[in-house]
Amino acid sequence: MTERLSVTDLTAGYGGPPIIEDISLTVEPGEIAVILGPNGAGKSTLLKTIFALTQVAAGSIRLGAKELVGCKTSALVPLGVSAVPQSKNVFATLSVEENLDVGTYAAPPKDKAATREKILALFPDLKDKLGQPAGELSGGQRQMVAMGRALMSEPKLILLDEPTAGLSPAYLERIFDLLLDIRKTGITILMVEQNARQALQIADHGHILVAGRNHVSGTGKELLADEDVRRLFLGGAAA
Amino acid sequence: MELTGLFFYLVSLLILGGIYALLCLALNIQWGMGGLFNAGIAGFYGVGAYSSAILTTAASSRHLGGYGLPVPLGLVGAAILAGLAGWAVAKICVRLKSDYLAMASIGIAEILRLVIVNEDWLTNGSLGVSRIPRPLGDLATGRMSDVVFLGFVWLVVLLVFVASSRLYDSPWGRSLRAIRDNETSAAAAGKNIEKFRIQTFVIGCAVMGIAGGLSAHYFRFLSPTATDPLLVTFLVWVMLMAGGSGNNKGAILGALAIWTLWSVTEIFTNRLPPEWATRSSFIRMLLVGLLLQVVLQRFRAGLIPEKSPPVRFKEEGPEPDR
Amino acid sequence: MIEFINFYLFPALTIGSIYALGAVGISMIFGILRFAHFAHGDLMTLGTYGILAAAAILPVNPLLLIPFGMVLTIVSALLVDRLFYQPLRALPTIYTVISSFGIALVFRSLVQLIWGSENQVFSTGVKPPLVLFDTIRVSVLHLQAIVATAIIAVLLHFFLSRTRTGRSMRAVADDPELAEVSGLDTAKVVRWTWIIGAALAAIAGAFAALNTSAHPNLGWNLLLPMFAAAILGGIGKPMGAMAGGFLIGLAEELSSYHWIGDDALISPSYKTAVAFICMIALLIFRPQGLFKGRLL
Repeated sequence: MTERLSVTDLTAGYGGPPIIEDISLTVEPGEIAVILGPNGAGKSTLLKTIFALTQVAAGSIRLGAKELVGCKTSALVPLGVSAVPQSKNVFATLSVEENLDVGTYAAPPKDKAATREKILALFPDLKDKLGQPAGELSGGQRQMVAMGRALMSEPKLILLDEPTAGLSPAYLERIFDLLLDIRKTGITILMVEQNARQALQIADHGHILVAGRNHVSGTGKELLADEDVRRLFLGGAAA
Repeated sequence: MELTGLFFYLVSLLILGGIYALLCLALNIQWGMGGLFNAGIAGFYGVGAYSSAILTTAASSRHLGGYGLPVPLGLVGAAILAGLAGWAVAKICVRLKSDYLAMASIGIAEILRLVIVNEDWLTNGSLGVSRIPRPLGDLATGRMSDVVFLGFVWLVVLLVFVASSRLYDSPWGRSLRAIRDNETSAAAAGKNIEKFRIQTFVIGCAVMGIAGGLSAHYFRFLSPTATDPLLVTFLVWVMLMAGGSGNNKGAILGALAIWTLWSVTEIFTNRLPPEWATRSSFIRMLLVGLLLQVVLQRFRAGLIPEKSPPVRFKEEGPEPDR
Repeated sequence: MIEFINFYLFPALTIGSIYALGAVGISMIFGILRFAHFAHGDLMTLGTYGILAAAAILPVNPLLLIPFGMVLTIVSALLVDRLFYQPLRALPTIYTVISSFGIALVFRSLVQLIWGSENQVFSTGVKPPLVLFDTIRVSVLHLQAIVATAIIAVLLHFFLSRTRTGRSMRAVADDPELAEVSGLDTAKVVRWTWIIGAALAAIAGAFAALNTSAHPNLGWNLLLPMFAAAILGGIGKPMGAMAGGFLIGLAEELSSYHWIGDDALISPSYKTAVAFICMIALLIFRPQGLFKGRLL
């Protein structure tokens, strides 16, 4: 059912000089792909570009046969693409229940109650917080609300911008476990991560960007084993 | 006869045009340079008018004073009192988003108006202050004194113009524009934003006070209708927007252009059949309201755009990639 | 005590209702479109005159004609947003504030142009006040205003917390960028903000005019207390704005009650100033409002 995401020769920025140039990558249906790279490499920009939040100078982004360049941000959710921004990713004054509900407005799922059940099963922590304003939750719980909201529209592809930023190591593992659970439901995941080593361990493919360009791509295992990658991006220590 | 009539029409047009030019220069200091939204121009104008009137009229039992001071001292008093009122508003509101400053300045203008209407001991209430002297009153009598007054008004305009142009190019003015254009960077560069803003607001209000004082001396009579918040405040905004905010010459040109437009249309509308003539001022208001929309959408730079491009800090990179 | 209730409390609650209904719109527009809508008072005036015009043709209770005023304000608000505010949306919001300042003038001069600038009174006929428990006397109009506002408050709460559009509105007010990322229809939210704000403005205008008389400055004179109410309630919190409206109304009316001795505490001619002083005090001490709204 799901479709391949293919980014081809993508150049984009914020109106000034391009931040990412000639980026190409593909994400196969149902896999976890992670984008890595040093600070300022254009990782978040790439994600934002896929989500139509930057200005594309050249290139294409396709989901299956559908061209996404030129689509408005608000049109992407109905096409099956959901995004979770890095910070400020919940509606703080809305309750958890309402946050999840808002996720269904752009692309109503066939059976809202069933989807809600499925998502609460993924994030059992949220079950007893449903009436609470999302802004009062802990960082990890907020991340779950944000992911839950994005999943409520039953997307084919979900984009995550550093889902573990600022979380404790315990929560970090939980979030990564959750990502594996989400993948089991057939949803494609493309994420940006700082915790490169853990991310590569769960990822099917990794793409390393340097200075706005493709540097290396490979399977998670390949990258973890690669001498260069280990030295430059994984802090040198053995995997 | 026709010609002398025209001449004196022109004189009165230019006197009021000059007063509006002052208000426009004052607003340009606040908005054009400082980015501060003052929607209470009429209030500060009114404070200036009453201050100068009370300070310069002969002693009267109808209102406070008068103190019989020379006109220039009256105008200085007008500047000080209007500046003080401005300081009080600025102290409270400058750190908030400009919308709040707009609300607060309208509010203070409203309170000042209430004080002027209600406090008979101070202002003689709705009956107003009369026999306000003109500066250099001995120089000419009758209609010729209008010509003298015209010179006096434009001398003040010139002084304020030179002073504010100096300010604009001074380090102080540059800091101010830097704050206007990019508050965060300016703060990072160690500018005390709040202090700069308060100073700007106070200076602007003081000049508005002087303009108010001049209007009192021109009309020789002052009643609360003079502080009708709408006409004054609104016209000045349209003038500055049309003239080009950030540019002092633009401010003066905008004031003259809009004021001429406003006055000349009156001549036409007065020739309308009587049932329309009474409503003509509403038509003019309507048109000015619409003119502002056109200016905002199509000619935001104004007749004379700001000359130097707005001060920019070194171009920042795109959002850091986190 | 009875005198206090009859002559101060009920009028205060009536004024409070009017402020509440106006402040809801201001607060929602501020929360969702992020600018102080200076034409809101004059939008009220426009609605009032719409009802007056209808009353000239249809000799029924003016309250039944409120829908005419609502249609007029809603159409005007949507039109003005489309023609004048929307083109400025990409700019700093202060340009929209300036624009709304001009629109206030346009609304008012239209009213003056079409209907003249004299005071106009709704002819409702004199109704005896209702007498409750033998001592409490309240005018029918005051009771109508208070009850109508209470009902509207309940409906509004239901709308905002239960319906899709209401929740979307709160989401956009909370975080417009995230709302966009979530694929919410922002244009629709904006439309509904104007529809609700304008409709309530017409109702507020009707009660204000029935309470005194209709004149072109009716709404403008109410603008300041309504801003105060919106800030008091916390920007972007419609229910807070409602509460703020009642508080400001009470503060204004009760400030002229003879609490000490026989004289009014504050001369009634300074009523407007009371609202303003409340607002100033709030801006200094609690700019996020009493109910923790957002500070813009």
